[in-house]
Amino acid sequence: MKNVIGREIPDNIEGFGKVRHYEGAYANLTDRVKVSVKTRSVKPGDSKLCETIDEVLDKLEVKDGMTLSFHHHLRNGDYVLNMVMAAVAKRGIKDIHVAATGIFPIHEPLVEYMKEGIVTGISVNYISPGPVATAISKGLLKNPAVMRSHGGRPRSIESGDMHIDVAFIAAPTADWYGNVNGVQGNAACGTLSYFMPDIEYADQVVAITDNMVPYPACPIDITQDHVDYVVKVDCIGDSKGITTGTMNITKDPVGLRIAKLTALFMDATGYIENEFSFQTGAGGTSLAVAAEVRKIMKEKNVVGSFAAGGVTGYIVDMLNDGLFRNIWDVQCFDLKAVASYRDNPKHMSMSGSLYGNPHVPGPIVNNLDVMILGATEIDTDFNVNVITGSDGIIMGASGGHEDTAAGSKLAIVVSSLTKGRLPVVKDAVTTVTTPGETVDVFVTERGIAINPRRVDLIEKIKDTDLPIVTIEELKEMSERLTGTPEPMQFGEKIVAVVEYRDGTVIDVVKQVI
Amino acid sequence: MEITKAAQAGALEARDVLVTVEPNNNRGVQIELKTKSVIKKQFGKQIDRVIREKVAELGVENINIKVEDKGALDYTIIARVYAAIERAV
Amino acid sequence: MKNKRRTMLFVSGNRPKLVQESSVFGADAVVFDLTNGVEDSEKDCARILVKEAIDFLDFSNVEVIVKINSLDSEFGVKDVEIISKVKPSAIMVSKASEDQIKKIDSMLAKLERQEGFEEKAIKLIPTIETAYALEDIQNIISASERINAVFFDAEGLASDIDMERTKGGEEILYARSRVAMVCRVAGINAIDTYFVDANDYEGLEKDSQKAKSLGFTGKAAVDGRQIDTIQTIFVNRQEMRLVI
Repeated sequence: MKNVIGREIPDNIEGFGKVRHYEGAYANLTDRVKVSVKTRSVKPGDSKLCETIDEVLDKLEVKDGMTLSFHHHLRNGDYVLNMVMAAVAKRGIKDIHVAATGIFPIHEPLVEYMKEGIVTGISVNYISPGPVATAISKGLLKNPAVMRSHGGRPRSIESGDMHIDVAFIAAPTADWYGNVNGVQGNAACGTLSYFMPDIEYADQVVAITDNMVPYPACPIDITQDHVDYVVKVDCIGDSKGITTGTMNITKDPVGLRIAKLTALFMDATGYIENEFSFQTGAGGTSLAVAAEVRKIMKEKNVVGSFAAGGVTGYIVDMLNDGLFRNIWDVQCFDLKAVASYRDNPKHMSMSGSLYGNPHVPGPIVNNLDVMILGATEIDTDFNVNVITGSDGIIMGASGGHEDTAAGSKLAIVVSSLTKGRLPVVKDAVTTVTTPGETVDVFVTERGIAINPRRVDLIEKIKDTDLPIVTIEELKEMSERLTGTPEPMQFGEKIVAVVEYRDGTVIDVVKQVI
Repeated sequence: MEITKAAQAGALEARDVLVTVEPNNNRGVQIELKTKSVIKKQFGKQIDRVIREKVAELGVENINIKVEDKGALDYTIIARVYAAIERAV
Repeated sequence: MKNKRRTMLFVSGNRPKLVQESSVFGADAVVFDLTNGVEDSEKDCARILVKEAIDFLDFSNVEVIVKINSLDSEFGVKDVEIISKVKPSAIMVSKASEDQIKKIDSMLAKLERQEGFEEKAIKLIPTIETAYALEDIQNIISASERINAVFFDAEGLASDIDMERTKGGEEILYARSRVAMVCRVAGINAIDTYFVDANDYEGLEKDSQKAKSLGFTGKAAVDGRQIDTIQTIFVNRQEMRLVI
């Protein structure tokens, strides 16, 4: 059937099951019950230590059809997923569902496992452009991949939609009894937030570490009462791939122009005031927005309550400058953020559930005033796509996009009006990630479009010189530059199901032909 | 206009296009477009059309045109085709 | 079209990326440069690209100026012929001299009649970049009624008289003062030279302040990132509300 935002979705999807249709961003927020959790007693004197991955796979009794979960705090430097899956593949085990919070190009071996039927399902909240994403787009995975958000994944685990058999922690530091921290060791990555629901709800949990320390592994992020086994390996990750290096504010004049307009808009609409809270991405333009906001905060002597999200050194500087009182951190993007999380009690970790789960008594996204978001495409209904390129190839996933858009008071999408020759504004986006109902403003270098739902914002800016236009006008400007694109042709096979944060299906991705 | 020799215009830089033209003895206008597949699928026909229009406007009947595109807009493609043809007559 | 010329963003006429982005930074005018940064072998390409760009892109929010090669070079005449067809607001003349301005004025008069444009539709902006022109500036600006601004190019002057340029700009104090004062008396815009280091915002601010204090009405920019800084300094008090 056609869902409320006009996407054609079947009632049943092979390899996924019965579809609960998307009914609106806030339509599905009723009380519910979390699933019960299987747990195991470890007697005094028993050891959790295993010498090898193989030994732990024996003890776990990993078999066909299981769901194995992983997290992506080591980003493109992660060795753990590949290490475990190589050992699983060698055993001739088939039909594994890989539930990873994120997949990066380093996880390319998955492509071969997909072809061989060792891996038949993948669930992610984040995926970078690369071999695995492309293989999914081409239909190499037997069942459709399930794309969730950072808040949607904890919801799916806690509701029982996604049952996890074994969760593998990439543990930068651990002790022999399963206490884990993310702030010490060669692979120090800071908070381990996204994985907290897995650790609580998985049948069995394994910590894989290359930095075994004397008991207890203080300051502990994951405590021993959640961890069944500990494995010591030589290396869990390449630190160069873990931290993205120093992230710099863009020098691109167009990106800076967008950032400046965004900050001016935030100020003109009264959001940059004492106690305000703010989240932005780690990309060059998003960081430039932070820099412009910082200028205005300093000028006006504003102290914000908190900054949230993936954290860069730049946000840490704002904390240390006294511009924000606190940080809620879901992922440290560089070593400065890791050190700040480790040393500064004002810099707090938040689990994926605390961050964005819609089915709890209030995730942190509900406390966000302003959220700065990116977009691959946006349509005239303000629906945003961050999952597929205009050619239909998967090149991203929601991450916290739809959670923060839904929760924040002001969700601003920033993008240049065209990306190369490709127009960003469409009549209908290729794939809906974030519904337009939750997107308030679209800022480009050639003008700012306000969602007509936000009459309050339109009222507030009417006496400013800000270049306000309609989204239709932006589409015209963009098509005057690029021309009107011809519609893309897709195959019939559904290669990915896009689950909204509440567990309904908002869209599907069809095979690229 | 008669194309008498091979010539190039433009550059392989972002938003630019490198156009190479050469004589095509009485075999009409042939266009070879190299660009990202996502651009080819959505704008390939349009690019082909604007090039043919420019070639016709200049009265060139036989020409081979190789277009190596880096995300150029139509005006750039037209300008580079025009410049290459001027250099080739 | 704005008649204020507080900021003029110069972009190379042979770089499509820069040409198509030039109108988004809030500059009062953009100058598509066919001279500096365009090699002799690419002059034909740049000229065609700028013509097509003016035809195709939307420049309704910004004044469009094209800086052409000197008539003394082999490119100048063709620049005037081709560029005047798309009716830029003004043509900026490099290495301007009284004689050259007169020649271009009469060429334009003829071309405007051919194209059916109104008389003197296309204005002229001489570039002062030689010591001779600096001393002869009065005659240059009297050479055509089309002239409504002068651009002072300190880099050009430096190479003309083998002068070392500094960020502080003490060496161009006399030249700046002379250009600004002559323009003020004539009632035309005086546009100051560009500040080359686009990463040095503080230096740009100081340099712009100095130009304003000497009597310039606007300043050239070489990067979109410089526009805000210059605009803020050259803005009138009444316009101070919100500079974007």
